[in-house]
Amino acid sequence: MTFSILVQTLASGLLIGLIYALVAIGLTLIFGVMDIVNFSHGEFLMFGMYSSFWLFTLYALDPIFTLPLTALFLFGLGTLLYKLVIRKITNAPMVSQIFTTFGLMILFRGIAQFFWKADFRTIENSLVSGQVSLAGIQIGEPQLTAGLGAIIVTAVIYLFLTRTRLGAALEATAADKEAAQLMGIDSQKMFALAWGVGAACAGVAGALLSTFFPIFPEVGANFILIAFVVVNLGGFGSVVGALIAGVLVGVIEVMGGFFLGPQYKMAIVLVLFLTVLMFRPQGLLGKA
Amino acid sequence: MLKNIDSLPSSLPVPLGAARPTRRTVLLLALLLVALALPLIVTSPSHQNLAILMLMAAQIGVSWNIVGGYAGQVSLGHAAFYGIGAYTSTILFSLFGINPWFAMLAGGVIAALVSLPVGWSCFRLKGHYFAMATIAVAEIIQIVFTNWDFAGAAVGLTIPMNESGWANMIFDDKAPYYYIALGLLLLTMLANFAIERSYLGYYFRAIKDEPDAARSLGVSLSKYKQIAFAVSSFFTAMGGSLYAQKELYIDPGSVLGTGLSIKMALVSILGGIGTLFGPLVGAGLLTAIEEGTRTMFGGSGRGTDLIIYAALIIVIAVYYPNGILGYIKSKIARRKAGKAQAAISAQEVVK
Repeated sequence: MTFSILVQTLASGLLIGLIYALVAIGLTLIFGVMDIVNFSHGEFLMFGMYSSFWLFTLYALDPIFTLPLTALFLFGLGTLLYKLVIRKITNAPMVSQIFTTFGLMILFRGIAQFFWKADFRTIENSLVSGQVSLAGIQIGEPQLTAGLGAIIVTAVIYLFLTRTRLGAALEATAADKEAAQLMGIDSQKMFALAWGVGAACAGVAGALLSTFFPIFPEVGANFILIAFVVVNLGGFGSVVGALIAGVLVGVIEVMGGFFLGPQYKMAIVLVLFLTVLMFRPQGLLGKA
Repeated sequence: MLKNIDSLPSSLPVPLGAARPTRRTVLLLALLLVALALPLIVTSPSHQNLAILMLMAAQIGVSWNIVGGYAGQVSLGHAAFYGIGAYTSTILFSLFGINPWFAMLAGGVIAALVSLPVGWSCFRLKGHYFAMATIAVAEIIQIVFTNWDFAGAAVGLTIPMNESGWANMIFDDKAPYYYIALGLLLLTMLANFAIERSYLGYYFRAIKDEPDAARSLGVSLSKYKQIAFAVSSFFTAMGGSLYAQKELYIDPGSVLGTGLSIKMALVSILGGIGTLFGPLVGAGLLTAIEEGTRTMFGGSGRGTDLIIYAALIIVIAVYYPNGILGYIKSKIARRKAGKAQAAISAQEVVK
């Protein structure tokens, strides 16, 4: 009895961990290429959620089918943001980079509140709702779909980075900007691409979450700190590291909540994070 | 290797011109006089409150600047120390009846002590890693206080309205809070000024600009980072205690939130990071923007105030990466350099 609950908890941790991984991959891509930590990353996720919500509410299109559209929106937003704002702070001191993206975070929350009010919204009766029984454990269909969706998107991103010329150019820019430039890779274009893909990752994560998580202007706050932890644990700039760390954090979070009470689950994740940083400052899979 | 070679001379302390008061000294004295007389001129409580908010923001900005600006260790978890100060003095005063002035000092000491293990574990991290680790520490401390029943848990603590007066640091009108805030700010600035002038100031700047060179010359990086951190935490906590005495109510959200940590850093950065007066400029600006947008647009509940506030932060962070004061300084330096260049070329022509 207890054992099946444990397995169930483990499974839900694994599924949410995959979402965390997807959010963190977007963040780590941007960091890896530009050395900028994006504090407004949670807001990309928030916009992804609203995109799903409005397409569902206004046009009765299910979040599953509008996923590519949401990814496209967020890709556009990410590249636009790079062109309008981020480009100007490429070589600025770290503090002004932090505060630019911090300002963007507040700006995006304000914009969401302005247009869509501070209300909690939910998507009811989407195609994926209800429960499935898998080998004796109960898993919510939305969570299962979200986890599987996150795996697929992560795989696509991984293949894009390792198997395509554009992805290789992006990785080259992340590894050594000057050398990549000498090889004829336009680093400005790569930066814009990183912001586009990074935002799209968070947006897709938001779309996947939208079927079972409340949607409101400050929803990003729930994910940004976890994304930071995942990126740190995985090593800044490492996609595979983010995937492993994301799942790890998801599992530890639900297990901590299970054994010590839900109010401490975040504290457990943070303590683990600090402990790992002390012994491996570069993260679990980061290069020293 | 020397990245900031052109900014170095201006950041070095100038020898005290004891012989005759410089324009700078006169200006500062005039400013101080205006600050002292302000509550007599501005008598509306809401305007006095605005002035207090500015002074308090400036004080925590100056405190943050010691470690974040001078020593270059960007902490985004300073709300932890602010909260420790607020909670220590409130618990000592309202539960044990200890004099709030002493409780304030105790809060500072406890915060400085807490900064030791925090620094020990975080200072081996650099740049972004350090900033993230400090966010995590503050978040953990916030979770602890939110679940600690003795400290009021999520509900927070209220300071009972005892007899008002200087002994209890509780007042019915705003002016005394104004003077306490001003006094605390001056004290913090004095400490900052003393550090800037002493060998510590040189060490801090060396750690910030040239950590490898500093280490090779035998400066213990972790020791001096730790000193900066402890001093900064001490004064930040005193600011937290003052906040508690002024509001008579604290909860984890108001004194331990990440937003507060960010604000402390923002005050320094907007004004001019690593300068004595930068946080004052930043605090004035930020408080004015915050309160202005809130009173003008906050009532709508539609986030208009947030949008304007954020847009201004972004504009300043993008176009003035060294803060307002840094911008002015570099302009003056450029003009001086231009003049010096002209003088040199004129001399060469004479030769």
